[in-house]
Amino acid sequence: MKKIYFDVEKCLGCRSCELACAVSHSAAKELEKMISDKDKSLPRIKINFSKDKNYPMSCRHCKDPKCVSACMAGAISKDEKTGQILYDEKKCVGCWMCVMVCPYGAIRPNKKVKIPVRCDLCTDIGEPQCVKGCPVKAIVWADETEVDTIKK
Amino acid sequence: MSDVTKRSVDPATQQVLKHIEGQSIKTTWDRLEEMQPQCGFGQLGICCTNCYLGPCRIDPFGEGAQQGVCGADADTIVARNLLRHIAAGAAAHSDHGRTTAHALQLVGKGEIHDYHVQDEEKLKATAKVFGIKTEGRSNDDIAAELGEKMQADFGSQEGPIRFISRAPKKRIEIWKKLNIIPRGIDREVVEAMHRVNIGVDNDYKSILLHGMKTALADGWGGSMVATEAQDIMLRTPTPIRGTVNLGVLKEDHVNIVVHGHEALLPEAAARVVKDPELIKLAKEAGAEGINLAGMCCTANEVLMRHEVPLAGNFLQQELAIATGAVEMMMVDIQCIMPGLVDVAKHFHTEIVTTSEKARFPGVTYIQFEEHDAEKIVKSIIKRAIENFKKRDKSRVFIPKEKKDLVAGISTEVIAKILGGKYLSTFKPLNEAIINGRIRGIAGVVGCNNPKTTHDFGHLELVKELIKNDVVVLSTGCSAIACGKAGFLQPEAALEIAGKGLKEVCEAVGIPPVLHMGSCVDNSRILIAACEVLKEGGLGEDISDLPAAGAAPEWMSEKAITIGFYFMASGVYTIFGGPMPIMGSSNVTRFLTEEVEGITGGKFAYESDPLKTAKLMIEHIDKKRQALRLGPMMYQGK
Repeated sequence: MKKIYFDVEKCLGCRSCELACAVSHSAAKELEKMISDKDKSLPRIKINFSKDKNYPMSCRHCKDPKCVSACMAGAISKDEKTGQILYDEKKCVGCWMCVMVCPYGAIRPNKKVKIPVRCDLCTDIGEPQCVKGCPVKAIVWADETEVDTIKK
Repeated sequence: MSDVTKRSVDPATQQVLKHIEGQSIKTTWDRLEEMQPQCGFGQLGICCTNCYLGPCRIDPFGEGAQQGVCGADADTIVARNLLRHIAAGAAAHSDHGRTTAHALQLVGKGEIHDYHVQDEEKLKATAKVFGIKTEGRSNDDIAAELGEKMQADFGSQEGPIRFISRAPKKRIEIWKKLNIIPRGIDREVVEAMHRVNIGVDNDYKSILLHGMKTALADGWGGSMVATEAQDIMLRTPTPIRGTVNLGVLKEDHVNIVVHGHEALLPEAAARVVKDPELIKLAKEAGAEGINLAGMCCTANEVLMRHEVPLAGNFLQQELAIATGAVEMMMVDIQCIMPGLVDVAKHFHTEIVTTSEKARFPGVTYIQFEEHDAEKIVKSIIKRAIENFKKRDKSRVFIPKEKKDLVAGISTEVIAKILGGKYLSTFKPLNEAIINGRIRGIAGVVGCNNPKTTHDFGHLELVKELIKNDVVVLSTGCSAIACGKAGFLQPEAALEIAGKGLKEVCEAVGIPPVLHMGSCVDNSRILIAACEVLKEGGLGEDISDLPAAGAAPEWMSEKAITIGFYFMASGVYTIFGGPMPIMGSSNVTRFLTEEVEGITGGKFAYESDPLKTAKLMIEHIDKKRQALRLGPMMYQGK
């Protein structure tokens, strides 16, 4: 499956990916207008800063997803065909178990609207917007098999 | 390849863009594409690089840092950044004004011989504003003192700067109460830079009020000085017919484009190109003659006074070179894209900068000196003629598009046209507004921006306004856009205009869209507003007038400053895209709502030109109601 990969050597920590992500998941779909939305859309990708490097982080869509087994309401599931981790807002009870078990810290609670904030790969648009939003191309949208070749 | 119709609505622009496709020539539109994504923090105004505790940025989602390292929050950072922009814009216009005032002084002292006092009436009227005695004195004597006093307003410490006295009494009272009357033009710019330094002014309202003060020092100071001093030396523009768009370039001529903002050099160029010696040289080089054309505001200046054809507005500067037919582009200050140099490398075009302030690596620099104007310009033109031999004729592509227009409608001219031969008055305009033939007045001004379709915003807005009987005062790149669409041809524009506006325009002989000059000439719009008020019947203050302003395709810091001096003068002003303030809800609310309670003006941001027109018309109608004016004469048509 196609996944989002990060090149930490390139990331400048500008956080443009965060903005692009939040805009694409907002009602207004426009940065300046989104800012004044009452329920502000939150970014599903976050830059983590550690020592001298920046680490963008969003859902890894794990092969063995801890969040799926931890979700008692059955709101998080894995699409066996695509490998993508799916989330059903209607079933979610807001217990934040997924937030606790995620080994990457890639799920955050949106306490205001009581749903976990998690990367959905922008499936409705077809391409993750953080990839487009990165000015230095540190975020790559590629198949697992392609990634090693890109690196070389 | 990108769809050229999305880049511009102007046919000449579209044709050149299509023509250069695949030629590896990069224009501003290509660079905008490469620049995507543009930084959202910058867009929202919440990035601060003012000191080296930072760079800092505020998390717009409220999760991360809400304060910079110094403790400044989004409100402070947004307001400080905006004040920096205002200071830069005011500095640009005002430095232009200073140069002009200095030249006026030298003319008066007899140290410059290529320019003279040409408008005695304006010289004396302006001298009066500065408290200069005129009786029994020669024009030169007055000019020397006026030039000196105009320059003194830049360094003045206490003020108020002199032109402030031209504002309506009520307006001056409002400014006094807010303590935003500029003390000196330079002083306010310097204080702005002081306030935004780390740890000085942190209260967004106080920062924005100083923004208004700085902007007023531009509109009622630097810009007005530039306009008036230029008028005195080069004469106040009067209606003139001209042509506009890239089609003014001539295949068989040496084409020289003057681009920038200062008016003295192109004035000399307009005179010098007629020199038989130069024409002979051009013929010897194989050309039919010399064709001088203007670009951006320089173009507006020489068009209004010398009928010099106008090659285009801001987004067309690179395209003029891409026609392959331009021997030389003479540039000075402001709005000169550094990208020109790269486009010129693809052709034989030589770029010459004539200002020490505006240098480009690898570009010829020949300083323009007022006291030796014609000689210097002549030497530059000789280079252009020489360069004609290097033109690759097989690469020349000049679009045919050009339109006739009428320009040069200065405030004084409007009064003269309205009043007839012996009288100078705004009365017919006031009466037409009062009796509902004309709804009100709109200023549509400002730049181009590749982020929006070139010229589209200007044209759609202007069309909608005149359709609704709003007379449009236009300057800068907006005026050029109007010209290219034929809106500056009285006959063509009247076909679109509403019935009432049409009747008035036909009766008194003014077009519905008035070309008032370059961007420093926005000061003419302020003066026109004062004149309308003086005539009576439309209130006592600029904020009473059924009027509104817009900059649909703005991009320059100067536009922010212009917006601020109009807003601070009581005008409802709409910008096409938001200023970088949206990261602070407090600053946004202050500038788009609360400020109306203190200055009578406010901002709005609207990217749809039709919605912009609607907002302006609603505002004008609100003001008409407040003045208890009757309904529009042909309501509903």
